[in-house]
Amino acid sequence: MKTLTKENIELITTTEEQPVVVQHPLECEAPNDQLARENWTSNLKYTVVGILFGIVFVKAEIISWYRIQEMFRLHSFHMYGVIGTAVITGIISVWIIKRFNLKTLQGETVVFHKKEFHWGNVIGGLLFGLGWALTGACPGPLFAQIGSGFLAVIITLLSAITGTWVYGRLREKLPH
Amino acid sequence: MIETIRQPWPWYVAGVLIGLTVPALLLLGNKHFGISSSLRHICAACFPARIPFFQYDWRREAWNLFFAGGIFIGGFMATQFLSNPEPIQVAEQTVNDLRALNIETDHQLMPASIFSTEHLFSLKGLVFLVVGGFLVGFGTRYAGGCTSGHSIMGLSALQWPSLVATCCFMAGGFIMVHLIFPWLMKLI
Repeated sequence: MKTLTKENIELITTTEEQPVVVQHPLECEAPNDQLARENWTSNLKYTVVGILFGIVFVKAEIISWYRIQEMFRLHSFHMYGVIGTAVITGIISVWIIKRFNLKTLQGETVVFHKKEFHWGNVIGGLLFGLGWALTGACPGPLFAQIGSGFLAVIITLLSAITGTWVYGRLREKLPH
Repeated sequence: MIETIRQPWPWYVAGVLIGLTVPALLLLGNKHFGISSSLRHICAACFPARIPFFQYDWRREAWNLFFAGGIFIGGFMATQFLSNPEPIQVAEQTVNDLRALNIETDHQLMPASIFSTEHLFSLKGLVFLVVGGFLVGFGTRYAGGCTSGHSIMGLSALQWPSLVATCCFMAGGFIMVHLIFPWLMKLI
C-alpha cells in the first residue's frame, strides 16, 4: 500500500517531454491527467460520452439483472461477448495511441499508469463480485438503471456511496 | 433505421462501442476510463469527515461526475425514446433456475419482485439493494476499481493486477449465484 503524502495526493510526473507534476488523489483508477485545468463547460464533453455510453448500456441490456444472472450461470454468451470485445477494442486503441504517440485534444501526451498489485484487488474484488451478482450492477449501470426509471436503485447507489465511505474510514486497518 | 436501433443491440456492437470509450476519454482530455471513482468523489465532496482518503481536490476530478451524470441521462433517453417494445429474452435455463428460487422472470430489464419501489422496506429490499449496494461500493474501492476501471481500462493497458481483480469479480459473482443465493432465497 502506498503511504499517504501530507496532502493525501500522489504526485506523478508525466512523460519526459513534459516534466510536469500532476496532483492525484491516492489510488484513483480514473485520475485526471490533463495539465490544463477544465471548467464546467469543457467538462460537458464527458457528459456527452457518458450519454452515448448509457444508451449502449440500456440497448445492449447490460444493465439488466437477468443478463448478469445468465452470465454467472453460464447460460448466455452475451456478457462475455460484450466484455471480451470491449477489452480487445481497448487493447488495440491503447496500442495505436502508444505506437503513433497520439496527442490529446489539448496536444498533451497521453499518460498511462502502472497498476501495483495489492491484496485489496483480491479481497475487494471478491466482495464486489458478491454485490455485482446481487444488484445486477457495477457502478456504471447503477446510474443507467436509475435513469431507466428503476427508482429503487437510488437506494443501491446511496448504499454504494456509504460502502465507499466506510472503506475510506477503515482503509488504514484493512489488509492491502 | 430507428426500428433497428430499437432492437436489443448485439454483443459485438456494444463491446466495440464500450471499448471505444477508452480512447475517447484518453484523447478528449487524458482521462482514464473508470466509474467507481465517482462514488469516492461524491464522498470527498459531500462528507469528507477529515478522512485522509477523501482529502483531495475533487473539483479537479469532477469530469468523472459529469461522465456519470451522462450515463444517467443516456439511460433515461434510451428508455424513453429507443426502448424495445418486445419483452426481454432470458435464457430458458436461467428462467427455470430463477423460478426454482421463487423469482418469476418478467418482461422488464429488472425483476419487479425485487427492484420495484414497493419492496424497498422489505427484507428482500434490504438484502438486494442495501447489502448489495454496500458490497459494490466497498468492494470496488477496496479493489481499486470496478468493471470499467479494471476489466476494461486496466486490461486494455495490459495491467496484470487488473486481471487478478477481474478474475476475483467473476469468482465473487459465481460464489454468490451458486453458493449463497440458494441459501439466501430460502431465508427471504
